[in-house]
Amino acid sequence: MSVPAELHYTPEHEWVSVEGTSASIGITDYAAQQLGDVVFVSLPTVGATVTAGEPCGEVESVKSVSDLYSPVDGEVIEVNAELEDDPSLVNAEPYTAGWMFRVRVAQDGNGDAALPTDLLSAAEYEELTKSAG
Amino acid sequence: MTSFAGWQMPLRYGSETAEHLAVRRAAGLFDLSHMGEIAVTGPGAGAALDYALTGQPSAVPPGRARYMMICAEDGGVLDDLVVYRQGEQEFLVIANASNTATVVGALADRAAGYDAAVVDATQDYALIAVQGPAAAGILAPLVKLDPAGPEFTELGAMKYYAGAFGTVAGREAWIARTGYTGEDGFEVYCRPQDAEHVWTALTAEGSGAGLVPAGLAARDTLRLEAGMPLYGNELGPDVTPFEAGLGRVVKFDKPGEFVGREALAARASAGPSRHLAGLTIGSRRIARHGYPVLADGQACGTVTSGAPSPTLGVPIAMAYLDRPAASLAGAVLTVGIRGEAVPAHLTDLPFYSRRR
Repeated sequence: MSVPAELHYTPEHEWVSVEGTSASIGITDYAAQQLGDVVFVSLPTVGATVTAGEPCGEVESVKSVSDLYSPVDGEVIEVNAELEDDPSLVNAEPYTAGWMFRVRVAQDGNGDAALPTDLLSAAEYEELTKSAG
Repeated sequence: MTSFAGWQMPLRYGSETAEHLAVRRAAGLFDLSHMGEIAVTGPGAGAALDYALTGQPSAVPPGRARYMMICAEDGGVLDDLVVYRQGEQEFLVIANASNTATVVGALADRAAGYDAAVVDATQDYALIAVQGPAAAGILAPLVKLDPAGPEFTELGAMKYYAGAFGTVAGREAWIARTGYTGEDGFEVYCRPQDAEHVWTALTAEGSGAGLVPAGLAARDTLRLEAGMPLYGNELGPDVTPFEAGLGRVVKFDKPGEFVGREALAARASAGPSRHLAGLTIGSRRIARHGYPVLADGQACGTVTSGAPSPTLGVPIAMAYLDRPAASLAGAVLTVGIRGEAVPAHLTDLPFYSRRR
């Protein structure tokens, strides 16, 4: 199971990759393995406002449906349209081709992206998945 | 891994879709040791089972198997079963894991007036299934059939729904041409302490033939494509075999009484209260167990099982409808999938039949 060191994570198994004020979001390798083959992804629409910790879509696998939570506050600026035709990208490449949506987040005083303070580091997330068994 | 009826079960080994397709195209290897094995033996075993079940086990020749049900007095289904006749006075009844205790209890009660013993032998058996078009070719080199048993010696000569004693990779087993995938295939009932050896030998033998281990998730999509009911979804105490379209398992013409006869006869003449139908879904979304089915916006039934169909490439579902499918010709059917009305189309069951 892969947990890239440079990403932020949530206890709901989303990852966040930040570039400037743009945050790319997907679900982790661990989540994809737990779900099994992903068959449908419902994403927020471009222009929608998302709130950290609130559901903004769904990830459907053969066996289950799970809510997709936004890890950040902001406006959706892009979604991964490829997932409509090939949701299995979420299983195959959860951190790259299987990304889900991008959000423009507010800036903090230094001009950096203002992220929720409760996001997890890779080490913290790995610990969480281990304790989950 | 997942917990199921007190067993730790492999839900999937890798991708359940890949496992499903391997069974359709080559072969899959399943660990089904959770299934209940109930031995019913003795001079009165056949008569006891005729009374206890909807079918007529006493009329099944030794070495053959039948699909049957055990019903309550009111006709409700307590479980669906495979019954093997292993000898003149020896039957092995295969029950669903979640129902094994119920079936053992009911069989013991119903056999009380007969010269027959009912023993829960679940812990004496591991069950390993090899399913798929390549199954016979993979299993055959490892199998020696008991020469005192059937008239044939080649595994390939075994008929569908037949079984024989023999060895697999040198270990004693009951080998049957049965399964729950809609493919040709075999089920190997061996001792638990031999299961790992048998599994390893089959894995090695099948490695060149496309055999992959397959989990419960693939088993569920395979049986759904094949239109086979699952207890707890299509079958339960609130339906009789007639609702599930399986009235043929009820043998009214067998001699003697049987549990549920009166209620089942009444249902047979009145017609089923609900109708099991097949649906294909016009979306990637899955119509899951419990979701409503609507005809022209009005509720007309409930989904019992739903999954993506790797063979058809679209989601499929079975549903109980409150009227026969034929009366819905021309109606616009939808399934309510978490608030969204998704188009659905009636289709004949099964969704998939293997070429023979």
